[in-house]
Amino acid sequence: MNAVNAGGWKPTMGETGESAVPQTASGDYGLMLEEALIFELGAKDKCGVDFEAVDRAPASGLSKFLRKSAPDLPGLTEPEAVRHYTRLSRQNYAIDLGPFPLGSCTMKHNPRLNETVARLPGFADVHPMQPQTTVQGALEVIEQLADWLIALTGMASVAMSPKAGAHGELCGLLCIRAALDARGETRDVVLVPESAHGTNPATAAFAGFKVQSIPATPDGRVDVAALKEKLGPNVAGVMITNPNTCGLFESELKTIADAVHAAGGYVYCDGANFNAIVGKVRPGDLGVDAMHINLHKTFSTPHGGGGPGAGPVVLSAALAPFAPLPFVTRGADGGIHLVEEENRGEGHSQAFGRMVAFHGQMGMFTRALTYILSHGADGLRQVAEDAVLNANYVLRTCEDVLPAPFAKSGPCMHEALFSEAGLAEGFSTLDIAKGLIDEGFHPMTVYFPLVVKGAMLIEPTETESKAGLDRFIASLRSLAERAKAGDQSLHSAPHFAPRRRLDETQAARKPVLVWQG
Amino acid sequence: MTRYFTEDHEWIEVEGGLGTVGITDYAQGQLGDITFVDLPETGATVAKGDSVSVVDSVKAASDIYTPASGTITEVNEALADEPELVNTDAEVGGWLYRITLSDASELGSLMDEAAYKTYVESL
Repeated sequence: MNAVNAGGWKPTMGETGESAVPQTASGDYGLMLEEALIFELGAKDKCGVDFEAVDRAPASGLSKFLRKSAPDLPGLTEPEAVRHYTRLSRQNYAIDLGPFPLGSCTMKHNPRLNETVARLPGFADVHPMQPQTTVQGALEVIEQLADWLIALTGMASVAMSPKAGAHGELCGLLCIRAALDARGETRDVVLVPESAHGTNPATAAFAGFKVQSIPATPDGRVDVAALKEKLGPNVAGVMITNPNTCGLFESELKTIADAVHAAGGYVYCDGANFNAIVGKVRPGDLGVDAMHINLHKTFSTPHGGGGPGAGPVVLSAALAPFAPLPFVTRGADGGIHLVEEENRGEGHSQAFGRMVAFHGQMGMFTRALTYILSHGADGLRQVAEDAVLNANYVLRTCEDVLPAPFAKSGPCMHEALFSEAGLAEGFSTLDIAKGLIDEGFHPMTVYFPLVVKGAMLIEPTETESKAGLDRFIASLRSLAERAKAGDQSLHSAPHFAPRRRLDETQAARKPVLVWQG
Repeated sequence: MTRYFTEDHEWIEVEGGLGTVGITDYAQGQLGDITFVDLPETGATVAKGDSVSVVDSVKAASDIYTPASGTITEVNEALADEPELVNTDAEVGGWLYRITLSDASELGSLMDEAAYKTYVESL
């Protein structure tokens, strides 16, 4: 077994690893724990379960499938197994520990009220195949959430079942394809601006379309003239992210939508950044035909390992008939039932099929509706206002030390974008990001969007307080000033994390993905 | 043997109807350490401007747009194990693929070495 932290290095030892404090026998320091891999901890002569000894295999029709050798499992006692994972969890960073300023990701607080409601037995202990008459409350959650999403976006309909943002994008493009099929047209090009989310071109390609890129203007928005030039009888539609990944509102979206519609195409809007405009702008009024809403972003359901995503897609009247099953609908008796394959004649005969086996992420629907009802319409509007205010606070308090390429394009929306221009020779965005780890923060999104050299994309979200933002800003400013002054120690950051800077190139080129005993 | 360049920082070296394509030294410098190259399939017919390959670096995944139309005849198999060749030897050993040109007149719209040098200096 390899010794854990064999060198006994710990943060207080400083750069060289020369011990400033005595080495400990365990390799742990105080309550900063090192942890070996589970296979290194385990032993073949241990087992967490007390099996009864058997001297021969029991008679079974499965005899040819019986194991001929013992499985290669790490032998751990139950407390060892529990401690292993609990110790590892202490090395993690999470939104419950501090800010998570990942631009384009919207990592914000998940209210505990959502969790309380989602755990009510009537929501938590239902099965998708039990009789619909016994789950009227759960179906009403889907119905009410759908009504809110339609009202907030000004659209005609919503497909609730897609299970994440990119899944929603695919749903939207399949609706567009179905609408084109119904018109007897074959259009195979989807236009995607540079300021769109990276998943957009991937989704269009996955759905079988050819992707053509539209350049951004110097102020960080879609080049409308370039887009209009590409429109034609082969263009199925355009995928625009609004607010975009430069953190800017696409102020020409209505003009773009009118041009796309005049050319016979459809407008897909990536609604991942809806939290910046919810309660302020209805995408339906801007000519959008389809838009997914990340419930795990705008509506605060867990994100990033904390839970499954959910990406309902709101649809215009033009695309609504083709939306995938199932739907909830209310009968004459006031009861709610599902429209599925066998009864699709109830208003959904042109549905293109379905995206998922059942009805979508029920647990996320419950949390999202809780969030909406606990905020109310005025509270949701304040969500957008606070998200935008916080992002502009970061932008304006840091733009004197970090270049903000679109700072003159008006206020930013949900996120602030900086570039590495102006750092001392040899210093880059990566050094600032690694430095943030030493400061006790999760790094921001780096090197995205691609239109900015060495992009640093910071989304504070509405859930950070001014005091919390001030702490983060002080750290970011300090790092920027160190990088501009050529402070060489930044090149080897992080200094105080359980591990120093890793060789990311080798990790990508020659990843070691399995334990090699 | 003539070498042409695109505004997207690909180079193509043409000899007798056969082109060899790669990315420029300037491009590899901008991308940073290359971690993976997704090469096109041999035998594929491509049109000028099509995205035919993807170069992944620690910073970004970048599409490679073919500078000329034709049929892919060969790819640089060495890049599977040594993508870093694109960093260390972008304009020779780090070539990506070879292509038989279907329309040599397309090359007229590309830059020569001097024009590309001026273009890079303007960025």
